[in-house]
Amino acid sequence: MGKITGAQMIIKCLKEEGVEVIFGYPGGKVIPLYDALFDSDIRHILVRHEQGAAHAADGYARVTGKTGVCIATSGPGATNLVTGIANAHMDSIPMVAITGQVGTAQIGTDAFQEADITGIAAPITKHNYLIKDVKDLPRVIKEAFIIASTGRPGPVLIDIPVDITTDLIDENFKADISLPGYKPTIKGNLKQVKQAAKKIAESKKPVIFAGGGVISSGASDILRKFVKVAKIPVITSLLGMGSYPENNELSLSMAGMHGTKYANLAFTEADLIIAVGVRFDDRVTGKLSEFAPGADVIHIDIDPAEIGKNVKVLIPVVGDAKIVLTDLKSEYEKYIEKKGKPNWEQWLSRIKKLKEDYPLKYDRNSNKVKPAYVVEKIYELTKGDAIICTEVGQNQMWAAQYYKFTKPRTLVSSGGLGTMGFGLPAAIGAKIGRPDKTVIDIAGDGSIQMVSQELSTAVTNKINIKIMLLNNGYLGMVRQWQQIFFKGRYSHTCIYNCVDFVKLVEAYGGVGLRVKKKEEVENAIKKALEIDNLVLVDFWIDREENVYPMVAPGSPISEMLESEMLEGV
Amino acid sequence: MNHIISVLVENKAGVLAKISGLFSRRGFNIESLAVGPTDDEKISRITLAVNAEEHSIEQIIKQLYKLINVIKIQELDPSNIVERELVLIKVGADSKTRPEILEIVSVFRANIVDVAKKTIMIEITGNSSKVKALEDLLRPFGILELVRTGKIACSRGSKS
Ligand SMILES: Cc1ncc(C[n+]2csc(CCOP(=O)(O)OP(=O)(O)O)c2C)c(N)n1
Ligand SMILES: [Mg+2]
Repeated sequence: MGKITGAQMIIKCLKEEGVEVIFGYPGGKVIPLYDALFDSDIRHILVRHEQGAAHAADGYARVTGKTGVCIATSGPGATNLVTGIANAHMDSIPMVAITGQVGTAQIGTDAFQEADITGIAAPITKHNYLIKDVKDLPRVIKEAFIIASTGRPGPVLIDIPVDITTDLIDENFKADISLPGYKPTIKGNLKQVKQAAKKIAESKKPVIFAGGGVISSGASDILRKFVKVAKIPVITSLLGMGSYPENNELSLSMAGMHGTKYANLAFTEADLIIAVGVRFDDRVTGKLSEFAPGADVIHIDIDPAEIGKNVKVLIPVVGDAKIVLTDLKSEYEKYIEKKGKPNWEQWLSRIKKLKEDYPLKYDRNSNKVKPAYVVEKIYELTKGDAIICTEVGQNQMWAAQYYKFTKPRTLVSSGGLGTMGFGLPAAIGAKIGRPDKTVIDIAGDGSIQMVSQELSTAVTNKINIKIMLLNNGYLGMVRQWQQIFFKGRYSHTCIYNCVDFVKLVEAYGGVGLRVKKKEEVENAIKKALEIDNLVLVDFWIDREENVYPMVAPGSPISEMLESEMLEGV
Repeated sequence: MNHIISVLVENKAGVLAKISGLFSRRGFNIESLAVGPTDDEKISRITLAVNAEEHSIEQIIKQLYKLINVIKIQELDPSNIVERELVLIKVGADSKTRPEILEIVSVFRANIVDVAKKTIMIEITGNSSKVKALEDLLRPFGILELVRTGKIACSRGSKS
């Protein structure tokens, strides 16, 4: 039997896991690993900052459903991954992060570029490992991929001391996995599912609340089939967008702080919420004690710790969304076959009325470049078929409100952590995962400057993403809060005219377009989509445009602020 | 409410840190903690005494289960357990007070494990109320040092 190095073993194991691309950045403690990677056919994308590697792996995972992989060296390389790992953890994204570490003999001595990354990352990973023996590599890598991608997905970190990567090991060495404490519940308890079916059939005003779990479990299809049979209106969380087509009359789009008023009112009037793969984040529930006051909750989730964490649950079902929804659909069909279909006509016409009475609105007659108008045009010109990544802030909310998501895995947005600078590297990962798709980053001028060096990653690797920059010269979302809640005192939120974005992208070898007039919007988007290169369109939008409607922090979601109330327009 | 949870974990480096980290991160206080291997050397038992509301304890148990190295968790029913703690107490003692202290010690079936000119060291094993009672009686003599192992507990009967 031949011997190989630990580094070669790592690559071999990654290949066995089906890894086709790694996002990373080398350094002293991973030189042996990079040396082994040099001989491998796994594609490696060299980012410009390790945070970009983690976000790109995250974006890749979100659009493909596969586990994203990133590599960084010890010390600062590893700590630079932290934001990206935390982001994936909050949004339950499958990721394996590999970090170099100082040699086993040096651990604990404050050696050069030593950081206790397993300690640092413990609260932001699903699990982590520090390898102490080259023989543990095959087992740990296998376990890491299982843990990252099954149950409630999440990031797993493997910290590998440099000497482990040069130690020798039998080429065919195999070890069984050992996870005695890890058994996610996949199949929901059938008794609970039956109860849920009955409860649904007996309800008067039900709504479905679909979240990221529907998308990650691949349950969008069965959700659509269930809704087709049951005719229950569907509300989504931000991460649930695309799980149900927004252009369907039963879709109420996103609820919450900047959700649609009709979704928030539907929650408030409902007598039953069928929650699937959601965690009732405070951005959705608003003031918790007044959230959905008349509703019982059926909560379907793979993570038992989510059930009852924030809202009281009448019928919990722990299990995989796809499997539970499949059972729920058939139990529901059986039930109504025996007892007859519930009559929800009144409720459904109420829903229709809510949608008619409270549409999303902005000043369509304005001759300024309105961000909502830009997003609507992006939707039209991509025929709703693009993958949309977002940064964080107003740009993110406009993207969520005005792009109509109809398919799962088409919105890539930092939900739980709200990480500025996520969109650009995530778009790079998304485009690599789905080269057949148009991938767009709807960006903000503040956010993109946190990661603008990744323009170089994209251009050098011919990753032709399209950046639609909603440039308001402000840290807009913070400015909006200052305007509404802090008497318009814009403390440190103006970043007007601090960089010429067209020149910036040109410096990296991409194409920059600038749009200052409404009439130019459509053509610029068309052109951006046609050009075979990375394109950034710098839209000079109406600078003080706010995101409406809005729930003030601490208010119930039924009380939404509208532009007329605050600005008299 | 006081709760005793008994957690079986894989006996691996870093597991205790993951558990204690989880408690502080989620805002729970650990009152006492005792760790040791079980009859299976690959598995350790951590016994935690926690003061928390019913709802919180449910949440903390669910969160503990999410740690990959946690194998099994039991919340012990305080009315049906044997609970013990070992405590070493060093008290000041001179020829005048020594007989009185010895008497207290014998009533409690505690042991004298060290005698010096001006001090006595007492070892007591028992549940918290017994330990507390002895502590209260010894306090007037001057407790110089008190060291405890943390509670351990085991449910009665055949249930495991
Ligand atoms: C890393 C990070 N730092 C700070 C914040 C707080 N924050 C949220 S939105 C926002 C403003 C974003 O500005 P920009 O990217 O220009 O987006 P806009 O709101 O103007 O569309 C800030 C500073 C954050 N979410 N992430
Ligand atoms: Mg901005």
